[in-house]
Amino acid sequence: MEQQQYVLEMHGITKEFPGVKALDDVTLKVEPGKVHALMGENGAGKSTLMKCLFGIYKPDAGRIVYQGREVRFQSSMEALRGGISMIHQELQPEPHLTVMENLWMGRLPKRGFMVDYRAMYQNTVAELGRLKLDYDPKALVKTLSVSQIQCLEIAKAVSNNANVIIMDEPTSSLTETEVEYLFGIIEDLRRQGIAIIYISHKMNEIMRIADSVSIMRDGRMIGTWPTSELTIDTIISKMVGRELTEYYPQKTNVPGEVRLRVEDFTSIHPKSFRHVNFELRRGEILGVAGLVGAQRTELFEGIYGIRSHRAGRILLDGQEIRIHHPTDAIRQKIALLTEDRKRSGIFPALGVGENIYLRQYREASRFGKINYRKCNRIASEGVKRFRVKTPGLKTPISSLSGGNQQKVLLARWLMTDPDILILDEPTRGIDVGAKYEIYTFIAGLAAEGKSVIMISSELNELLGMADRIMVMCDGRKTGELTRGEFSEEAVMQLATQFE
Amino acid sequence: MNNEKTSRQSGRGILDFLMNNVIMISLFVLIVVIAIMQPRFMSTRVLRDILIQNSSRMIIACGMSMVLISGGMDLAAGRIVGLAAVMTGSLGQVAEASRRFFPNLPQLPAVVPLLAAIAICFVFGMLNGVAIAKFSIPPFIVTLGTGMIIWGTNLLYYDLEPNHSQPIGNIQPDIKFTGSGYVFGTIPVIIIIALVVVLSTWFIMKYTPFGRSIYSIGGNRDAAEVCGINVQRTLIWTYAIAAITFAIGGYLECARTNGATAAYGENYEFDAIAACVVGGVSNSGGVGTIPGMVLGVLMFGIINYGLTFLGVQPYWQKIIKGIIILTAVGFDVRKNVRKK
Repeated sequence: MEQQQYVLEMHGITKEFPGVKALDDVTLKVEPGKVHALMGENGAGKSTLMKCLFGIYKPDAGRIVYQGREVRFQSSMEALRGGISMIHQELQPEPHLTVMENLWMGRLPKRGFMVDYRAMYQNTVAELGRLKLDYDPKALVKTLSVSQIQCLEIAKAVSNNANVIIMDEPTSSLTETEVEYLFGIIEDLRRQGIAIIYISHKMNEIMRIADSVSIMRDGRMIGTWPTSELTIDTIISKMVGRELTEYYPQKTNVPGEVRLRVEDFTSIHPKSFRHVNFELRRGEILGVAGLVGAQRTELFEGIYGIRSHRAGRILLDGQEIRIHHPTDAIRQKIALLTEDRKRSGIFPALGVGENIYLRQYREASRFGKINYRKCNRIASEGVKRFRVKTPGLKTPISSLSGGNQQKVLLARWLMTDPDILILDEPTRGIDVGAKYEIYTFIAGLAAEGKSVIMISSELNELLGMADRIMVMCDGRKTGELTRGEFSEEAVMQLATQFE
Repeated sequence: MNNEKTSRQSGRGILDFLMNNVIMISLFVLIVVIAIMQPRFMSTRVLRDILIQNSSRMIIACGMSMVLISGGMDLAAGRIVGLAAVMTGSLGQVAEASRRFFPNLPQLPAVVPLLAAIAICFVFGMLNGVAIAKFSIPPFIVTLGTGMIIWGTNLLYYDLEPNHSQPIGNIQPDIKFTGSGYVFGTIPVIIIIALVVVLSTWFIMKYTPFGRSIYSIGGNRDAAEVCGINVQRTLIWTYAIAAITFAIGGYLECARTNGATAAYGENYEFDAIAACVVGGVSNSGGVGTIPGMVLGVLMFGIINYGLTFLGVQPYWQKIIKGIIILTAVGFDVRKNVRKK
């Protein structure tokens, strides 16, 4: 009869949680051999929709049609067997297993009751070959880079005869070259007739590789358009429901005298940061650019006292200071917002309030007893100032969206009134609206005379926000650009100056 | 439609309430069941007996809950209790006893063995803390090892001339008073001591920066480090303070039973861990409250006493207790899974 136009159709999916309608009559149709971008702010319902597809949530209404048949998967394993696979935002393969074991996990080739390693090896070589990947099947997964792991996950999906592959923020931790590599693979998959649902916040990528774009807002599907009919501006305005005239706030800060000077800073690890010199002025936003592996995070964690250094001096207002532990840095009014919110930022079991005021227990106690009234005052002030959307101070922080968690962390640090702020990837995994808010806070802090170091892998963000950009490559500082010299090309050129 | 929604939500509310208060509710049901089967169970005498029997357990569980909340574990707890009990016994005998651990020692005031026991247990606790915090050896392994060391040390001490591993008895009356005495005629001293320790631990964990640091380290050690919490120092103190509570527990065990052997305290760590976990203290750290821990201890106390009261065979009692641990923790885990 009718030739099936869509490989996967989700019709009228509705899902309600107590108090919120997470999905309201959402319809999504995906064509084979096309890259279909799914966009929306965090909390718009993209993840919930995918969880409904994989049976992690049961939709209250709606139906899912896959290859012309109505389906209801009970788990992601079942969906994978059916040919739908998801490459997650935070991949967690088994680091101590080999590449081939990861690839065939759950369906290891067997001879009798024993694992047939020879067959597994040969099958792995064949599967990896299909994607032109040349990993050693016997290498441990922990020795692969993030992008290699991602490609391994794609290979896993392909080897399961996937018809639909969902990629959730696949490039969030990739370098530019790795992104190119991934795009090449996506191109191959498209040619093989595989449909790709591409979830991302990165406009440039969407414009480049997506055939069509579906945009969600507040649990509803706003619509689907061919990419050629859209511009970055129209996507953003559809996502946020308002026109954003500019991505970055007006900057009013005026850099003053030098406050922090770092000289010849060198890690105890020979391959990490070495001989780094830089200065930071009052009221300045210093951007730090570099590819993944440039040791930017390590450098600033070293300055903050989390990592050890072998040589080098830190001078604050001309006086040498010694930092061996975060307490030393905090005493000098230096604050660090770490790169990985989950790993070293939030305390998931604690409430929003405690996540803010726990830095200040000592200041808020008398005779060793914590004054919770004072603490709550600090927390509600922080929530108000950073416009954290939370039902209450006792709400566990883990139930907030990424953007709101980040605002809580900003509040935690800024309520201690630091002079020097190190922000490591402050907008990672955050939706457009919250990003803009965070940019506004950063610009405001610099205008107040605070010195800000902003490490970011999103070049546009640095070009838009920084007064000066220092670029690192492979543990060394390879250059510095002033505002007049800013351009993507200039940064990338410095970032790829390998020895 | 609106009505339906609210009724469904309130249904969920009741379920949530039940899920969140499993321990309280089962405790209540348990008491009611035992009371129906044996009405004599509902007497102040029984209540007092249960509290007396569980006072030292309560004190030990205080230290254990701190350690668990920090994300750790102390398998040496029982052996520390045993060491403290033997130390108390050896230094706390009456002068005129026929067989004495130190024959020439004059009768010491009750506070001397207490301080001696606390001091030596504190040192062992510090040792645990240093090995765990500074050398990053997993707490499970560290305390397994120190537990053996402490036990061996205790056995050597207990075997000294002229005692030769004989049970120590004839404890002097001032010490016995702390374990089995009464004030105002009716209130057992040991309950008051337990109450003081519980309240102090509760205060430390809820109202001091030190206590809150323990929660944050248990919740996310890396983040705690970034926040400028001195993780190593906090952990060392946590194990040291826990050891003090174990020392007090050992002292009271000796005082209550008018004697001590090197076998005292054996497996107490497991009772304490079980009580804490049933009381909602997460064994992976960061979660739990002192009132919850108290309920956990009481629950086990009531089960022990109540089942014996009903004449249930001890073998069956073990099975029942095991089931309770599994169900309680099972509910707790489910609750957290649902939240995700």
